[in-house]
Amino acid sequence: MSENALKIENLSKVYPGDLVALNNISLEVKKGDFYALLGPNGAGKSTTIGIISSLVTKTSGLVELMGIDIDVNHSKAKKNLGVVGQEVNFNQFETVLQILEQQAGYFGLPRKIIKERSEYYLRNLGLWDKRKEQGRNLSGGMKRRLMVAKALINNPDLLILDEPTAGVDIELRRSLWDFLIEINNNGTTIILTTHYLEEAEKLCKNISIIDKGEIVKTSSMQSLLRELDTEIFIFDLKDQIDPKSISNSPFDIKILDTYQISVEINKSQSLNEIFGYLNENNLNILSMRNETNRLEELFLDLTEK
Amino acid sequence: MNYTEQINALLSLIKKELHRFFRIWTQSLIPPVATSVLYFVIFGSLIGKRIGDMGGVDYMQFMAPGLVMLSVITNSYSNVVASFFGVKFQKSIEELLVSPMPIYLIIIGFVVGGVARGIIVGLLVMITALFFTKLEVQNIPLTLLIVILTATLFSLAGMINAIFANSFDDISIVPTFVLTPLIYLGGVFYSIELLSEFWQGVSKINPILYMVNSFRYGMIGISDISVDYAILMICLFILIFSIFVYVLLKRGIGIRT
Repeated sequence: MSENALKIENLSKVYPGDLVALNNISLEVKKGDFYALLGPNGAGKSTTIGIISSLVTKTSGLVELMGIDIDVNHSKAKKNLGVVGQEVNFNQFETVLQILEQQAGYFGLPRKIIKERSEYYLRNLGLWDKRKEQGRNLSGGMKRRLMVAKALINNPDLLILDEPTAGVDIELRRSLWDFLIEINNNGTTIILTTHYLEEAEKLCKNISIIDKGEIVKTSSMQSLLRELDTEIFIFDLKDQIDPKSISNSPFDIKILDTYQISVEINKSQSLNEIFGYLNENNLNILSMRNETNRLEELFLDLTEK
Repeated sequence: MNYTEQINALLSLIKKELHRFFRIWTQSLIPPVATSVLYFVIFGSLIGKRIGDMGGVDYMQFMAPGLVMLSVITNSYSNVVASFFGVKFQKSIEELLVSPMPIYLIIIGFVVGGVARGIIVGLLVMITALFFTKLEVQNIPLTLLIVILTATLFSLAGMINAIFANSFDDISIVPTFVLTPLIYLGGVFYSIELLSEFWQGVSKINPILYMVNSFRYGMIGISDISVDYAILMICLFILIFSIFVYVLLKRGIGIRT
């Protein structure tokens, strides 16, 4: 038995007009992982997911799902896969329940199990009361949840989500995160692409960053974040700051306004030191925060080279 | 997928296809009946009386099997072309592509939907015809066989059209400029014996002539062509079209990026 939920080797996709979307990428996602695939628009994330889920034809390379080559046993490989695409991909004139039951049917599930699972996922994703509504009458957030339910209806071992929380309000995003964490804890491997780097940082254990059709970084989330050389903190002060009071500072301090400063701290410096320095100079701190999401800094660094 | 799972998956797709055209019954089932009524009134009752007999039978009796076949052909074709293009257009084709359903089950599912609509509409037109003329089916098994084979062939043809279609215009061009002329020149309203030898030869290139005449033979026992030859040709075309559709879908043409 393979220990990988997904294995990609030398995968390439060249679109007509010699547009290289993927250039020999290789990737391994272990079973049980919560994996982030990040990259700017047009980097190749959706093409990769499209190839895995048979929506895009690859030019060359190997794709294995749960150890099964999709070219050798396409049908068996797909049985354990669930995919939430970027765009709404159901018949909007059918009811929520019909949409979900049809998807379950395409996986060959018997009627009794279809009924049970449809109710389970619709209840868990807050759609049970909408089961008789046509898809077109759902809000954007509800359509997203229905797509998640569709992807889970076959109880997949590998769930792939392509920007599942795009355009979704904060409350729904958080509830979806909790739901994904729960199913990951129950053993489902999850691969996530997202533009919300906070989402990847919060949820994912491992990460690959893809840019211009190539993997530029693969690492665990922890070790990637440790690679940050510096971090910028914003301090809100109780009193107005006198620029002279920090003129000889050993830290890189910038005055943002009369009540706010930013401090860039490198790896060799600790927060205790900066607190001590500000205290010595009678600068009383009301609050502090990161200037930007930590992962965002790394992401920009890796993709702007 | 094992055998049971394949049956479950196929039944799901067939159920969806049937549900689709029953949901829009005012667009899918009523218009062909209304059109047939007009044909029977104008060509049958009004003009038909002046024509008299055709092929040795009353003109209305001659025309009725042709109109049934016209409905079967256009409805089986339009059902699959609209449904398959619809799932492409709405991207719900992805529901099938991400599933483990083999390609051949997807083809069978859509074709069964087209055949079902063709048969139901054909039956409705036949019932309508009974209000205007007397119809006694001479050979029920042959009549059913021809209807099923013809509906299968045109469902596959509709699927080919939908696979290559990129817009709604693309799915109306073939029915308007290819299918309709072939049907009208396929002996629905006349016997090719009325034509000169040259035009009889030209008519025999039209595959729909064989279907209409075979069906007419099953219904009222008269035909301009050999029924055995017609059945053989329809089966041959079904085989060719099936392989063609399978290869197209297997290669992802029209459905994958």
